[in-house]
Amino acid sequence: MTGNGPEDFPAAGDDDRSPFGDGDDGRAQPGGEGAGLGGEAAGFGEQDPGEDFETGDYDDIESEPGDYDTEIAATFRPVPGGAACFFEPAQAGVIRSLVSQVAELIRSDRAPAAGEQASSGGADELEMLLGLSANDELPEDPVLARLLPDAYRDDPGASAEFRRYTEESLRSGKLSSAQAVLAALPADGGEVVLSEPECQQWLRALNDVRLALGTRLGITDENEDFGADLSINDPRSVHIWVYQWLAYLQDSLIDSLS
Amino acid sequence: MSTAPVEVEQPSTSQEARLDSPWITIVWNDPINLMSYVTFVFQKVFGYPKAKAHKLMLDVHQKGRAVVSAGAREAMERDAAALHGYGLWATVSHDS
Repeated sequence: MTGNGPEDFPAAGDDDRSPFGDGDDGRAQPGGEGAGLGGEAAGFGEQDPGEDFETGDYDDIESEPGDYDTEIAATFRPVPGGAACFFEPAQAGVIRSLVSQVAELIRSDRAPAAGEQASSGGADELEMLLGLSANDELPEDPVLARLLPDAYRDDPGASAEFRRYTEESLRSGKLSSAQAVLAALPADGGEVVLSEPECQQWLRALNDVRLALGTRLGITDENEDFGADLSINDPRSVHIWVYQWLAYLQDSLIDSLS
Repeated sequence: MSTAPVEVEQPSTSQEARLDSPWITIVWNDPINLMSYVTFVFQKVFGYPKAKAHKLMLDVHQKGRAVVSAGAREAMERDAAALHGYGLWATVSHDS
């Protein structure tokens, strides 16, 4: 686990890694052609962080020069019945982009039971009614494997059985949380006021994004401070900045609820 | 919190068997989940008071893993599914 809290978080102006910054080094407002993390439809689908993170990752984000040179990124505050946060357009763009990419990845190899044999009837239809999954193996993609883990460490048979009964429901829940974020967060930013149930969904969706980013960045128990000494010219540094900001944002949402 | 489908094939374990040979749910440490979030999840999933949830979180963090619940296998699978829903790394095993 990591203890990233407000005291650990760099203000955007502390270094030159903010994706919301003035972009005078060409990274903050990249104009590349990447469609997102990984540059493909399933943006988290690539394996190698070094290859994966292109400077075009945030090319759909519009921000005004200088927006975040001196400000700390958005955080939640408690309000009666939930929590609220003001998002600048660039911040909303980053979150929407990442949440959408995680959702796309979760959707990509979804396999409701009998999905490919819809006409075979009988047991398959029953499986669909029960929400079973045809998947029974740990996903190969490390991000998906982290989001949809095995339930038994040393029992592949039991893990497969558990997955058949629970994976589709797990995917649905994650997609539902992602959808809640996309529904509540305007693309051009603004004040977002969340009810307590919406806060729960945001927490899970933000956590899924952090799991995806952290896994793709190769953050492990041995290198929790991964990236602290990365050159600002390293294309991964902007992702680490976002990863840290999301930790700060998630932490502020938890604080708002307690 | 979504509720995972319940495995229906096996008859429920008797109270005696549960006491004799409980199954357990283990949460493993990972470098990404926030400590505050893990504490929060333990409160939500198990209804633990904050102090107990915090201590359990510290166990996971410092010892690498912690047993967070024990009982019938089906119940442990429900717990694991709920924890997976929150992005925690949970597994089920037999406490032998």
